[in-house]
Amino acid sequence: MKPFAYARAVDAAAAVAAVASRPDAAFLAGGTNLVDHMKLGIASPELLVDVSRLPFDRIEQLPGGGVRIGAAVRNSDLAADPFIRARYPVLAQALLAGASGQLRNLATTGGNLLQRTRCVYFQDATTPCNKRRPGAGCSANGGYTRYHAILGASEHCVAVHPSDMAVAMAALDATVVVLGEHGERHIPLADFHRLPGDAPHRDTVLAHGELITAVDLPDLPFAARSAYRKVRDRASYAFALISVAAAVDLDGGVIRDVRVALGGVAHKPWRATRAEAALRGSPATAESFRRAADAELCDARPLPGNAFKVPMTRNTLVAVLAELAAEKPR
Amino acid sequence: MDARIALRVDGVERTLTVDTRTTLLDALRDHLGEMSPKKGCDHGQCGACTVLLDGRRALTCLAFAVAYDGAAITTARGLADGGKLHPVQQAFLDHDALQCGYCTPGQICSAVGMLDELKAGHPSHVTQDLSGAAELTDDEIRERMSGNLCRCGAYVNIVAAIRDAAS
Repeated sequence: MKPFAYARAVDAAAAVAAVASRPDAAFLAGGTNLVDHMKLGIASPELLVDVSRLPFDRIEQLPGGGVRIGAAVRNSDLAADPFIRARYPVLAQALLAGASGQLRNLATTGGNLLQRTRCVYFQDATTPCNKRRPGAGCSANGGYTRYHAILGASEHCVAVHPSDMAVAMAALDATVVVLGEHGERHIPLADFHRLPGDAPHRDTVLAHGELITAVDLPDLPFAARSAYRKVRDRASYAFALISVAAAVDLDGGVIRDVRVALGGVAHKPWRATRAEAALRGSPATAESFRRAADAELCDARPLPGNAFKVPMTRNTLVAVLAELAAEKPR
Repeated sequence: MDARIALRVDGVERTLTVDTRTTLLDALRDHLGEMSPKKGCDHGQCGACTVLLDGRRALTCLAFAVAYDGAAITTARGLADGGKLHPVQQAFLDHDALQCGYCTPGQICSAVGMLDELKAGHPSHVTQDLSGAAELTDDEIRERMSGNLCRCGAYVNIVAAIRDAAS
């Protein structure tokens, strides 16, 4: 590992200034992804600015409804929060489906959003990767693609975003609160992560030095009827093959409103707007659910090693919607 | 680049100088001679390096020591009260919950932290009803301990030991 200097941030503005002024600087929070990348030689910051002790460790209900989740809130604490469990069960379930108890105790909300793909080629510094080195080529194209994208990929990158939490947040219309050198801005979570295009080295729309301070969830009463389903190769402690986050608002037997996002299918948490449009106003029947899934997946472009993901996503989405529709209102 | 830090390890104040690149795991083992946290994968995948960090189970291989200046750490060794083993340690012996023993200190710290989480009302992936408190079923134990791998495959007895220690 390359030597680096370490500084503990005294406040958020100073942290932003410290990182923004040096292209070789990075923020450090829980460290569960960044420290590993530094060991693997795929990240080599020369200055780490530790933001883990900044006062962003609170979960606060907002005056107009909704909730503000501090960027330093640990994944385990967020999943255990009674308000989150009652009002946004999809988020608690997504967090609990990710990583292990020890990791969730370290990992933060902001860091979870910024974790990088687990594409094996990205994590192996000896193989070409456009995400690590733009223009180097993509080893996954023509390689082992079981865990790769079926939607929104490019010839330059077929990696997927690994977060479970972010998929639930995408479904919940979350907003990322970001502090930069020129003040604060709010980014809809659905726009926070990028599709790879010809610049897969950029995972998000953040500029260098911008610091996540919070994630806001809007008031969404019908999210009390929501769920996260993750399909993976082991029953626990594995990244998703695919996942589904959904919330359903029923009026009798008709879907009044709905939120759907997919994980493990794209370079970003995939908000399934086509499925949502197909569902709104439709009867809550298996046929509607299948039609919605097909509307979302008609543009899927599976790779030779992951064609199974298309029916897997379809079947999982149909199953989750059917379960939610059958659930008693809370 | 060097940094001077203080750690409270198993109740004893220790000060040391570490290169900023030093993980908490290497600080404990190589600098302080605390050998009960084990280096398995060194990438956050196996759980052998688990300790209680400020009271909560955490991996030490993915933590830079310099970031934990002032922290209190309990290793598996520190769980024992002099010659008297912690109930989880005793249960691991009673149930033969190990073969080679390399993962055991991490398993034990993880189990102690996990039982505290359960007592605090934390749900898990297999908890059916998020609105209530979870019961410690075998499924709950397996799910909550899934971050600790045992290459010898002593899982059956590990589950039995934790069930026994919790009762």
